[in-house]
Amino acid sequence: MATEILMPALSPTMEEGTLAKWLVKEGDTVKSGDILAEIETDKATMEFEAVDEGTVGKLLVAEGTQGVKVNTPIAMLLAEGEDASAASAASSASAEPPARTGTGENSKDEKGEDAGAAPAAARSAVEAVSTPEPDESPDWPRGTAVKQMTVREALREAIAEEMERDETVFLMGEEVGEYQGAYKISQGLLERFGPRRIVDTPISEMGFAGIGVGAAFGGLRPIVEFMTFNFAMQAIDHIINSAAKTLYMSGGQMGAPMVFRGPNGAAARVGAQHSQDYAAWYAAIPGLKVVQPYTAADAKGLLKTAIRDPNPVIFLENEILYGRTFDVPDLPDFTIPFGKARVARKGRDVTLISFGIGMAHALEAAEKLAGDGIDAEVIDLRTLRPIDYPAILRSVQKTNRVVTVEEGFPVASIGNHLSAWIMENAFDYLDAPVINCTGKDVPMPYAANLERLALVTADEVVEAVRKVTYR
Amino acid sequence: MARSPARPAQAAAPAPTASANTANVSRDDLLKYYRDMLLIRRFEEKAGQLYGMGLIGGFCHLYIGQEAVVVGLEAAAKEGDKRITSYRDHGHMLACGMEARGVMAELTGREGGYSRGKGGSMHMFSKEKHFYGGHGIVGAQVPLGAGLAFSDKYKGNDNVTFTYFGDGASNQGQVYETYNMAELWDLPVIFVIENNQYAMGTSMKRSTKSTTLYGRGEAFGIPGEQVDGMDVLAVKAAGDKAVAHCRAGKGPYILEMMTYRYRGHSMSDPAKYRTREEVQKMRDERDAIEHVRQLLLQGKHATEDDLKAIDKEIKDIVNDSADFARESPEPAESELWTDIYADADPAPQTA
Ligand SMILES: Cc1ncc(C[n+]2csc(CCOP(=O)(O)OP(=O)(O)O)c2C)c(N)n1
Ligand SMILES: [Mg+2]
Repeated sequence: MATEILMPALSPTMEEGTLAKWLVKEGDTVKSGDILAEIETDKATMEFEAVDEGTVGKLLVAEGTQGVKVNTPIAMLLAEGEDASAASAASSASAEPPARTGTGENSKDEKGEDAGAAPAAARSAVEAVSTPEPDESPDWPRGTAVKQMTVREALREAIAEEMERDETVFLMGEEVGEYQGAYKISQGLLERFGPRRIVDTPISEMGFAGIGVGAAFGGLRPIVEFMTFNFAMQAIDHIINSAAKTLYMSGGQMGAPMVFRGPNGAAARVGAQHSQDYAAWYAAIPGLKVVQPYTAADAKGLLKTAIRDPNPVIFLENEILYGRTFDVPDLPDFTIPFGKARVARKGRDVTLISFGIGMAHALEAAEKLAGDGIDAEVIDLRTLRPIDYPAILRSVQKTNRVVTVEEGFPVASIGNHLSAWIMENAFDYLDAPVINCTGKDVPMPYAANLERLALVTADEVVEAVRKVTYR
Repeated sequence: MARSPARPAQAAAPAPTASANTANVSRDDLLKYYRDMLLIRRFEEKAGQLYGMGLIGGFCHLYIGQEAVVVGLEAAAKEGDKRITSYRDHGHMLACGMEARGVMAELTGREGGYSRGKGGSMHMFSKEKHFYGGHGIVGAQVPLGAGLAFSDKYKGNDNVTFTYFGDGASNQGQVYETYNMAELWDLPVIFVIENNQYAMGTSMKRSTKSTTLYGRGEAFGIPGEQVDGMDVLAVKAAGDKAVAHCRAGKGPYILEMMTYRYRGHSMSDPAKYRTREEVQKMRDERDAIEHVRQLLLQGKHATEDDLKAIDKEIKDIVNDSADFARESPEPAESELWTDIYADADPAPQTA
């Protein structure tokens, strides 16, 4: 069958050009690689080669023609035995460009099919609101025995259980083995699992994070520990460019099923370079899942889920919480799904939304407010990607007032995102603007008095609640 | 390429005696090294004490044991030279002439501190003394130091920058990116690897198969050598050589200082990664201050009484700094909001 030769584009932005010169004439036989014509734009000239072999049937555009649109047929190439009449038939049959064969999500987005349903949700792959009904099932069956455990022990149990369960899971990081963990999360694990699976690294975050991602590509399930997330900035290129994006870039062929974990946020008096909360940074990245637990039960159940998740998961712990004790269900295999918030306290008057150590301030504020007759509902998001929007919506519909609480910087915070989402999706339910309580817009100071001022406090939350309840 | 025989600090060296190479050292120089090293030691001991009393918070990394490194190198520096280091920075600040009061008050987070209480132990600076910090991210000071050298080369002066980092930091990738550019551009930077043989609890053996760290410069064409960092005279001599190389416009130089920290990595340290005997042996046999003390006494440069007088003088400085650091008030609350942005662009310098 005759083939159309189309006006080529010299660059991705070129729309039209000049057919400067034909180097073949009708009736010439050409083979792949022969130069057919010279094409020009205002920026460049290109020799245009044949890719098929055949006989030049008809030159459709004359030499010297300007403004030839990209993809316009400029000549017909005849296969062996064809004559010029075949050429004109083919030309009219393929006037329409071929239909795009894109898959579901892309073409939907382009046509805006989902736009009416849930505008904010449709933009985000993991945050899609699948059901308007929040999942309010208890995290463990009523009547289950619980044991008291620190967050540190809970994390250690989760790692150990998953390492028992899956041989491909291994832990890697600075001082995780012989030193027993800089914060003792991995205490005893080297003795139990050996150096093949508890891997001490040099101080080479960029290198070992990349090695972790490569190992995940290769079929392992790495847990990469950062001594703190401040040092993950050395490695953030691999977290985002290598781990988060590869599934997408490979068209779904391969990704990085792994966990990056370690303490995040301020410890105590360690100054600006060691005291940053990265929750909002990582939560901004499609391709990552982001977890920030508050209780020991959540730390355990969510870390087990994170290790099993087929995606890169950022697991943000907190040094100050490591030693706090909570009830943890005594179950052989306890997991908590991602995207399911926990209503830590039921209430009618205002919704406090928080996560991680912010929960400590939110709960303390709720206690103080109860004393003043204000009944606060406190929601622990637990995962920031995905976020449990149905739970938020349900609560806003009830209380009509929201205050968010987090330790991070105020600009482009998780609270900012929640405010926007609530405004877009629950505007009619709001009786007051949403207020974001955050850390102050300053690097963390070292001095004890200034550090106290820089951090978000329960009193600031109480103050914000008074504003949104007009009391 | 310069090479001197490796003399690792842990090598079973004989107790230092006056027979060490003191030919070119004056009595005044020796006394100055003694005084400067002793000031660091006593200051750090006091800092440890204040930490124990809760007056210092967060991380606090003491320099005890490594004093000869900074004191020897400062002796090779001239006015205008720059220095930059990690969080283990108190010794560097005292050695380059920063006031004990201002350093101690920063440790307690008070207004009188070098960063007005906002930086803390790991983050202190002095423009006046050309001390560029105090950096908490392991390895980050290495390109920064090369950048300081870049600025001097750009301006066309003959200053050099002493860029200090640890054996652990040597495994950060940015160190090698920096080596490459520093040699490529002949930057006047001395890379001082303070090889105290441990990065927190990781001994050098457990983090690399390289036998030396200075040798890694070879791949980039940077000369270097290993130096007995417990011997202030050896440090000074090596410093002179490195400085001459840099000032002559020949590019960077690497000094791998074999040294040892007596205390834990920071104030909390499980101390399980090395034996008590190992530490004691270093203290007994290789202590840098004791070394100079013996040189002074055996060379009859000073009497026990002279040295006692110095001890007392140092003790007074340190106690005074501690008193100052306790009495200095906390920074004003308004300080929370200052120093986030500089006010206005300075006028451009004419080309
Ligand atoms: C990028 C980064 N990773 C990890 C840490 C935590 N950390 C602080 S000091 C240290 C050890 C550094 O050892 P070394 O470079 O030998 O210096 P030394 O403490 O012995 O002076 C580690 C791992 C950090 N501050 N920065
Ligand atoms: Mg070290």
